[in-house]
Amino acid sequence: MVLMTTATAEPASQADQAPRPVLMKGNEAMAEAAIQAGCDAYFGYPITPQAELLEWMARRMPELGRVFVQAESELGAINMALGAAATGARVLVSSSSPGMSLMAEAMSYMAGSEVPMVLINVMRGGPGLGSIGPSQADYFQATKGHGHGDYRVPVLAPSSISEAVALTADAFEVAERYRTPVIILADGVMGQAMEPVVPVYRTPAREPAGWELTGAVERDPRVVRSLHLRPEELEAHNHHLQAKYAAITEHEVRWAGEDLDDADIVIVAYGTSARVARTAVERAREQGLRVGIFRPISLWPFPSAELAAVALGARAVVVVEMSAGQMVEDVRLALGGRTPIFFHGRTGGMVPTPGEVVEAVVHAAAVTAPHLAGHPSPDGTKAVTR
Amino acid sequence: MSTLTSDTRRVIYQRPEALVDTSTHYCPGCGHGIIHRLVAELLDEMHLAPSTIGVASVGCSVFAYDYLAVDFVESPHGRAPAVATGVRRVRPDAFVFTYQGDGDLAAIGTAEIVHAAARGERISVIFVNNGIYGMTGGQMAPTTLLGQHTTSSPAGRDAGLAGYPIPITEMLALLPGVTYAARGSIADPPLIGRTKAMLRRAFQVQLAGAGLSIVEILSTCPVGWGMTPTEAMAHVAHDVVETYPLGVMVDRLKVPATGAREA
Amino acid sequence: MVIAVNQVFQPLDIDAAHCKGCGLCVDVCPHHLLELDTSIVNELGYHPTRLTDAAACTSCVLCARVCPDAVFTVFARPKGT
Repeated sequence: MVLMTTATAEPASQADQAPRPVLMKGNEAMAEAAIQAGCDAYFGYPITPQAELLEWMARRMPELGRVFVQAESELGAINMALGAAATGARVLVSSSSPGMSLMAEAMSYMAGSEVPMVLINVMRGGPGLGSIGPSQADYFQATKGHGHGDYRVPVLAPSSISEAVALTADAFEVAERYRTPVIILADGVMGQAMEPVVPVYRTPAREPAGWELTGAVERDPRVVRSLHLRPEELEAHNHHLQAKYAAITEHEVRWAGEDLDDADIVIVAYGTSARVARTAVERAREQGLRVGIFRPISLWPFPSAELAAVALGARAVVVVEMSAGQMVEDVRLALGGRTPIFFHGRTGGMVPTPGEVVEAVVHAAAVTAPHLAGHPSPDGTKAVTR
Repeated sequence: MSTLTSDTRRVIYQRPEALVDTSTHYCPGCGHGIIHRLVAELLDEMHLAPSTIGVASVGCSVFAYDYLAVDFVESPHGRAPAVATGVRRVRPDAFVFTYQGDGDLAAIGTAEIVHAAARGERISVIFVNNGIYGMTGGQMAPTTLLGQHTTSSPAGRDAGLAGYPIPITEMLALLPGVTYAARGSIADPPLIGRTKAMLRRAFQVQLAGAGLSIVEILSTCPVGWGMTPTEAMAHVAHDVVETYPLGVMVDRLKVPATGAREA
Repeated sequence: MVIAVNQVFQPLDIDAAHCKGCGLCVDVCPHHLLELDTSIVNELGYHPTRLTDAAACTSCVLCARVCPDAVFTVFARPKGT
């Protein structure tokens, strides 16, 4: 049990002395960040490894006079969230991989109805019931649409608990700016681990936009819906959605780079995999390898142009994921086969070790020639998967 | 209403304000038209329209938001009680109802209605039971009668293959969170009047802040049943009520379900 | 909408354009004063209902209560008409 509860009650502060960091479990830190970001309502269902997020909300939301409901299932939770968000409330839902599958239907409805909310997926091993260990195997689910129909959902991937706290506020902002659900893609390591967090939070401003269901008092009734039976109308609506996604692609790309200035081997990794890769980079550089990390933070929109700018001239790209290879496909798309791509992944709840990543980098170095910028190797991709 | 200044006739009945002045897509003789009208009449009489947030579901009544002049959110099939829960929890002062058919409530949405009822959510559920899936072309519903012919029970519903019609409202009435549960029909004007009284009572229960209210309304699907509107009304009046009797199953506002005994 | 025809009070206004000819009002009128007018097909494609004898109508409102399309407006008959 962690003792930070009273300390985290501070709102965004301009204190003259910097607040002391507090040791927080990731699930609880993300929950508190949402509360401080102005979350009005939380709906959820217990599932490992994010039950602590629900439990934190169960205690804190009633304390603050806000809404908490443990629903009968993730299906119930996401639909409660849909109703609440349709009235303009700031809503959070959290779950883990199997529960996120239950939300696929509602994701499509939220995208079509343009209802904003934030969803946190603390990924676990799959497919099916899988394991309760951490994974990154929901990348496809999160970035390729989740449910049916033509739509995209912004996906933000923190790689530390502090970053998760900051991105939670960003997520509400992006959701409301574009009237879209936003997924924060975390994993079981981040949810369960404890790290120092500076309890300084951001509360995004609220700007009612005129679509919210508040009761038709002295105005025409409003309808929040995704049904447009006439094909011409639905096509026009889809064009509107696509224009929105184009705007998000232009303005909401997020990524970070480390040690890229002189790197000729670029590791591409996000979330916990990026944390592991950081240690691997230290060790690989000790061995004389010039390695850097390109860390996508927005998985959709994927930083394709930015990755290409960094990695097209590289000798090799090594993609590290806690999956059988999902983000690596977007890396391949971004680089167009012009840079050799190597992959290292662990599945089932296993976490790659820095040693494994170093081995993958060493292997990539061994089979590619140094400084062969612009010369693609014959076999552009080589998988190194256990 | 007359727009001629010389029209001195006194109105006894006219189309309610909350009913949008447009033609509906419902078939001739469809019960939805009558039930929408009753809801609109009550929204007018009880001055509820400005504070109402309705939850539309999936079925023939998917366009309810085009016909009732209140704020509406469209729900995925079956999820309306959960969507309504979300609305109700963040908008304590709103008047919230769901409008659902038999597939929406008693098939795909059974978990959602049971748990909204168990939680005693302060919403009013308008449950239109016409024993068939009209919108998708007339397939069997959980409330289809034994022996009834539908496109997915062409030989007539057989209990061995497809089970028995489900008395979902009786089941829900067992839950303490359900303050009011009743079944009416629209088979003739007196029954329509009694159904309207049930809906009024359900709305009053919500306004009193007391748990979930549900009114099941036996309705018609002339096209799906292969009957004229007249025949369809007779079918409801004489045949459907054998399986689904009319009446108030529970009114916990009148008779609190406690251990207290009358002196 | 017609107030009076040849001095006969009109107790019903019928929105014939929105009538779907379902016939429920024909069934329910206790004086059998309503019929579907087969000489007219409205824009929806139906024979709308019509009042055959305005003088005999008692403004009982049963037709309006059963109408799924709310086509009826019912007026009280003034004394002496």
